[in-house]
Amino acid sequence: MEAKLDYDVIERRAALRKRVFRTVDYFFLVLWAVMVLFPFYWMILTSVKSYSSYNSEYIPTFFTLAPTLENYREAFSAVPLARYFLNTLIFTVATTGLMMVVIVPAAFAFARLEFRGKQLAFTFFLSLMMIPGELVVITNFVTITNLHLRNTFTGLILPSVTSVFYIYLLKENFEQIPDELYRAAQVDGTSDFKYLTHVMMPISKPTLVTIVILKVIECWNSYIWPRLITDDPAYFLVSNGIQEIRENGFGRENIPAMMAAVVVISAPLIVLFLIFRKKIMAGVSRGGTKG
Amino acid sequence: MKKNSLKAWLYLLPAILFLGCFMVYPLVDVLVYSLEEGYNSASQSYYGVGLYNFSYVLRDPYFLQAVKNTFLLVIITVPLSTGIALLISLGLNAIKPLRGFFQTVYFLPYVTNTLAVGLVFMILFKKTAYTDGLVNLMLHFFGAGTVDFIDGPYWAKMFVLCFYTIWVVMPFKILILTSALASVNPEYYSAARMDGANSRRIFRKITLPMISPMIFYLVITGFIGAFKAYSDAVALFGTDLNAAGMNTIVGYVYDMLYGNSGGYPSFASAAALILFAIVLTITCINLLISNKRVHY
Amino acid sequence: MKVVLRNLTKKFPSRNKKGEEVIAVNNFDFEIPDGKLIGLLGPSGCGKSTTLNLISGLEAPTKGQIFFGDDDVTRLPPENRGVGLVFQNYALYPHLTVLENIMFPLGNLKGKDKMSKQDMQKKAIEAARLVQIEQLLERRPGNMSGGQQQRVAIARALVKRPRVLLLDEPLSNLDARLRLQTREEIRRIQQETGITTIFVTHDQDEAMSISDMIVVMKAGVVQQIGPPQEVYDDPVNLFVATFLGTPLINVFDASVSGGRLVIGSDRVLPVPGAKDGKIIAAIRPEGFILDRDGPFGLKLSRVEVMGRDTSVVSTHPDCRSPFVRSIIPSRKDFRSDGGLVRFSLVPEKVHLFDPESEKRVPFETGGTVQ
Repeated sequence: MEAKLDYDVIERRAALRKRVFRTVDYFFLVLWAVMVLFPFYWMILTSVKSYSSYNSEYIPTFFTLAPTLENYREAFSAVPLARYFLNTLIFTVATTGLMMVVIVPAAFAFARLEFRGKQLAFTFFLSLMMIPGELVVITNFVTITNLHLRNTFTGLILPSVTSVFYIYLLKENFEQIPDELYRAAQVDGTSDFKYLTHVMMPISKPTLVTIVILKVIECWNSYIWPRLITDDPAYFLVSNGIQEIRENGFGRENIPAMMAAVVVISAPLIVLFLIFRKKIMAGVSRGGTKG
Repeated sequence: MKKNSLKAWLYLLPAILFLGCFMVYPLVDVLVYSLEEGYNSASQSYYGVGLYNFSYVLRDPYFLQAVKNTFLLVIITVPLSTGIALLISLGLNAIKPLRGFFQTVYFLPYVTNTLAVGLVFMILFKKTAYTDGLVNLMLHFFGAGTVDFIDGPYWAKMFVLCFYTIWVVMPFKILILTSALASVNPEYYSAARMDGANSRRIFRKITLPMISPMIFYLVITGFIGAFKAYSDAVALFGTDLNAAGMNTIVGYVYDMLYGNSGGYPSFASAAALILFAIVLTITCINLLISNKRVHY
Repeated sequence: MKVVLRNLTKKFPSRNKKGEEVIAVNNFDFEIPDGKLIGLLGPSGCGKSTTLNLISGLEAPTKGQIFFGDDDVTRLPPENRGVGLVFQNYALYPHLTVLENIMFPLGNLKGKDKMSKQDMQKKAIEAARLVQIEQLLERRPGNMSGGQQQRVAIARALVKRPRVLLLDEPLSNLDARLRLQTREEIRRIQQETGITTIFVTHDQDEAMSISDMIVVMKAGVVQQIGPPQEVYDDPVNLFVATFLGTPLINVFDASVSGGRLVIGSDRVLPVPGAKDGKIIAAIRPEGFILDRDGPFGLKLSRVEVMGRDTSVVSTHPDCRSPFVRSIIPSRKDFRSDGGLVRFSLVPEKVHLFDPESEKRVPFETGGTVQ
């Protein structure tokens, strides 16, 4: 009988502990979610406050009853935001496209073809992965300047194309395709190139999509190289545009208009993320680091 | 065989061209630059070879300030962000409802433009003529005085920089740790519970050792990433980081290369090589420790 | 320790959208005597593993109670139950050595049960000796064979002297030779320790060979409980009859007419007590006796000589499987001339089942009513 009583206590304690733990757990999870979301909320909120009402609030309000899209008009008219957008789009598409053209054959060669010097070449490629971008930017900057390619798309795009890591990622993926398929294709008289485009690429589509998405994110947010290589606002990307707006645009204090620009710039990637959420997260966890 | 080799090299050609022009050549060149004394980018001439560039950089107060800032940033943000990310991942792992929602929300900072969201942080922390800023108002609420986090004292600026850096790096760490936790076979937890282990012991003896490779991976990448901090600082304090006293080593490199104080690729190269040496050393130390501690 | 299950029921919410619950265990009622080895047997998905998880406390029952001795442990978390569980994949901690693995449960003890490091080591080595792996103590599980891992897992489960030992498919990850060896081993360890042991398996050979008692389950419902031989000899329904025994029992669509079992046109066996009408007849392979004048004629297709026995494979239009298998003692003069082969039947090896309910239909065999 005594033993039974004891069990009741253990049982109740376990249940209580579980409930307390769960409550605390959710509390902190919600807290961090608020920390993450609040800046987004704040930028949207500020972007729909009118300039005068924003500046008259010594204590900023947490909502507004008179939302206005005036700031968005201001953002597109006072600074060439549309221009920045277009530049970034051209830069992103061209860089990503060019990168795919470069890395797919390279990954194919490493994964599928046998040739003299393969091991040596691959080791060399791998060792390049460890080289930080900061080291090579210096010479690239001088090279592009000397070629008079500053303030051109060519100068922006070319040095951004290379990515050893993606070659590695794609090669690993290609290698998982069974040898039998290659042999079957050879028996059928398929050329290597046709095998690559008609068999390997369709099979590896998920990885290809992941790489494209990661590169697009990287391009859209790139700041350092574009900043070095462009000083003509006609070639600014969105990141440089934002910095330009911050330092010279809107007469520095028009924060609502600034926030409108920030919203517009952030929106495309967030939409892309919400659509390809699973793919992006899987891709990043397989080896993307920011920057 | 020969024909095959040739074809393979053809497939590799574009990659080799790009890597050669924009990675291998620059790598050699940066060494050359760093040793050319008194290089003039206008006339492209120099008058000596030696280590003067390094000694100049090491004596430059701006560089020393940048080194101090960077080290502070690394020492504060890497352990903090990894620790908090671990707590959050454990919390996420323990719940079922809303887990996907939280995961999505937590990942958002990863896909945002560092510069753009940095502006929002600046507004939240900045004190202007019109308003003290939201963070200061919250400080008032707790009875503290007004601090200008953007143009004010050093510790306040450092605080904002660390805070924003952690906010930016968190998504990646949470993602890696949640997938590491999820990949631990649940049978181990069942087995440990059957063996009578309480949750703290399960965490210490089972969970932690099982995900330790991933934690070390995050610490290593975290160190490397934090040493290269730059755009976060620009987002908060503007491009003239030297004036704000908030420059980082990478920022110093770019400033030497370009901008108001630019035009000195030799100094920039020397600084970049010093940074590379620091990162390499720290990474090696990390790897040594992790090889000792992570055993399976 | 006696283990009592009272009306134990476990329902899972449905995975599909229709929302029908899945009843994994339905009204399990059973008393396991102290110190016995019990085999839970059934096809995959029959709820045997769920039953094990309910006893271990890893899952909570929807309804019903579990007692260890007189203690109601139904709502007790697993760590307080004093149960040892050996997982199907062993779940050995890969980052710990064998010794550390075995010591792990002892390190969890608190209060007056707390042990010094030396005592823990001593106990762990004792357990390792019991399962005969003393020589492996410093190795890690990653580079050990399945059989060795299995022993470590058993040692880890035994080291804290559990009130009940549970084994989930203990032999399924071992190759055929090791399986035979390991099941003897389990029997030996159980008898040496005297701990009430319940193990789950889908392999009837395994269950029959070492259990004191077997529990046959199907779709969450217990079909029959009893000593292995008894269940084999007296199956309560067609499912139990077909589930136990290799080669499989032969099932015929037959009828009873005038107190005789009729298969096809052969009146094969007197079955006093069975009512006239359609019936299912199931005959164990060893129930056939080669008999030139026997009443049961089958079309011979081939003979498989297996050393000790001979397996006669034949066909019959009313058999539910394509072949009828009968086992007879080896004899050199068996002539397989491709024609008809005649048998008489052993009444004890013939079971009748109702075609609707598939429940056993009793008849008198030589004076005893089955």
